[in-house]
Amino acid sequence: MSTKASRSAARLMISPAVVLLLMWMIVPLVMTVYFSFLRYNLLSPGATPWAGWENYYWFITDPSFNDAIWNTLALVGGILVITVVGGIGFALLLDRPMFGTGVIRIMVIAPFFVMPTVSALVWKNMFFNPVNGIFGNIATSLGLQPIDFFAEIPLLSIIFIVSWMWLPFATLILLTALQSLDQEQLEAAEMDGASWSSRFWYIMLPHLARAITVVILIQTIFLLSVFAEILVTTNGGPGTATTNLTYLIYVSSLLQFDVGMGSAGGVFAIILANIVAIFLMRMIGKNLDA
Amino acid sequence: MGRITLEKVTKSFGEVEVIPPLDLTIEDGEFAVFVGPSGCGKSTLLRLIAGLEDTTSGHIRIDGEDATDLPPAKRGLAMVFQSYALYPHMSVRKNIAFPMKMAKVPEDEQNRRIEQAAKALNLTDYLDRRPGQLSGGQRQRVAIGRAIVREPAAFLFDEPLSNLDAALRVGMRLEISELHKRLATTMIYVTHDQVEAMTMADKIVVLRAGNIEQVGSPLELYKTPRNTFVAGFIGSPKMNLFEGAEADKLGAHTAGVRPEHIEVGDPASAYWSGTVGVAEHLGSDTFFHIHETGLADTITVRAPGDVDYKHGDRIGLNPRMDMIHKFDQQGLRIQ
Repeated sequence: MSTKASRSAARLMISPAVVLLLMWMIVPLVMTVYFSFLRYNLLSPGATPWAGWENYYWFITDPSFNDAIWNTLALVGGILVITVVGGIGFALLLDRPMFGTGVIRIMVIAPFFVMPTVSALVWKNMFFNPVNGIFGNIATSLGLQPIDFFAEIPLLSIIFIVSWMWLPFATLILLTALQSLDQEQLEAAEMDGASWSSRFWYIMLPHLARAITVVILIQTIFLLSVFAEILVTTNGGPGTATTNLTYLIYVSSLLQFDVGMGSAGGVFAIILANIVAIFLMRMIGKNLDA
Repeated sequence: MGRITLEKVTKSFGEVEVIPPLDLTIEDGEFAVFVGPSGCGKSTLLRLIAGLEDTTSGHIRIDGEDATDLPPAKRGLAMVFQSYALYPHMSVRKNIAFPMKMAKVPEDEQNRRIEQAAKALNLTDYLDRRPGQLSGGQRQRVAIGRAIVREPAAFLFDEPLSNLDAALRVGMRLEISELHKRLATTMIYVTHDQVEAMTMADKIVVLRAGNIEQVGSPLELYKTPRNTFVAGFIGSPKMNLFEGAEADKLGAHTAGVRPEHIEVGDPASAYWSGTVGVAEHLGSDTFFHIHETGLADTITVRAPGDVDYKHGDRIGLNPRMDMIHKFDQQGLRIQ
């Protein structure tokens, strides 16, 4: 198949697609980098003088920047912990033969198909609202003070909403991984005297390791850019309590009309995402070798 | 010690009764082979003994103690699976150590037993490899090593050689037989291959549809099969079974004669005659498939390697009359 001629033909024929993809990626990237070095504010149109590193300086020294970084990391980390641990739990439950498995599996995966804005609104109004929400009602009926989720524990509330959306994804991937485990291995371990917890720890968990890293990688990519849930529920507040990097960039470029500063933030976000990606790739590479 | 007794054991999956009431005793130190065609319930029976399946009724005793409701780990049995079921993410050493780790055997003792097992099974050089880096035969030995270190009351083998190629299978067969001689532990071995059963067993249990057709030593089964099923199943090539006029003449509903108990000769003076179909030359022996004998479609004859007949030749057959097996209407042996 791969003669010299066929290989160069393949290269030639694939090149239009590659060039197009490259442009698709390179042009916006270069423009963002370029804008990040301009004093480019939509409130003072016309002149866009060269600004050097000023945009970066002001973006990084902005008091909300620190908060945004920590919020981003807390958001990603928290959701990852909840979805991976919860996903393993759900996968173990769904792996058991039971009545109505098909229906239950569809119900479990359903939240993943709900749009982020919709699910955030549902949670905000139906569950978390201290007066009309279900949790508020339960608290009041028990004679407790209802919690005003978005005022008292805003970041945790957002983590919870996004986790609810991503838990099905983790469950589905971990469930398929669990079902690919050779039953004879579990039986062998049972005969070897392993209790359920030992079987889980020594047989199932190592078998799931690869699926877990895949879940972590894919989710991290999407969770670094959580935006709709924040916009719909808290608008990044109270203060900067739920402002993540994505939201901060939105604030700079579209609320403060400072395109230059927003671009600088965007470049910073790209660098952050790449650092995370390098770590994850290493982790996964190690796991996929085995 | 490892005397295993099954008393009226049955197993049903829903409505389907896989194993009707069954009694069987396997003596301490015995090498018992469960053999039968696929779907005869031999693996299910082994899993019942192992405790991986629950019995529907009846009792399983190990050394006189009722083990029917004991979990697998408490029965003191070790099992070697068809797929080997090695733990892929652990090294060979950790695989072999796993049952001892679960039983909380002290570390020095663990290492001593691992070294011993590795030496016995030629695994010393492979202890730090992963199962994925081993060949089929080596994986098989690791699985056996993992069973040995538990020092079980009995070993259970579930078709352990079916994933190996033919040459390796013969070698492993010998190794397992030698292991049995050395350890003198009870072994129960499940296979669909009657050659494995004949070569390894002290006691063969022939199963069909969950029923025990016959229990006995390999030669007992070879010489006095109790019914037509056992007669056709044990022995290679298969026994020639035929019905009709020739069988009636011998005073049986079904008569059978093994290929090695027929001598070829002059078609004019021989007891039976036929036309040679395929001749399989093995060197030491030649198997002739003979048609148009008036007995059955094909009669197989085993002749010395230097006997030469060609396709289409007429051939005479002289059975050894004292080696003819006779069966009645129900397929049972006529003494």
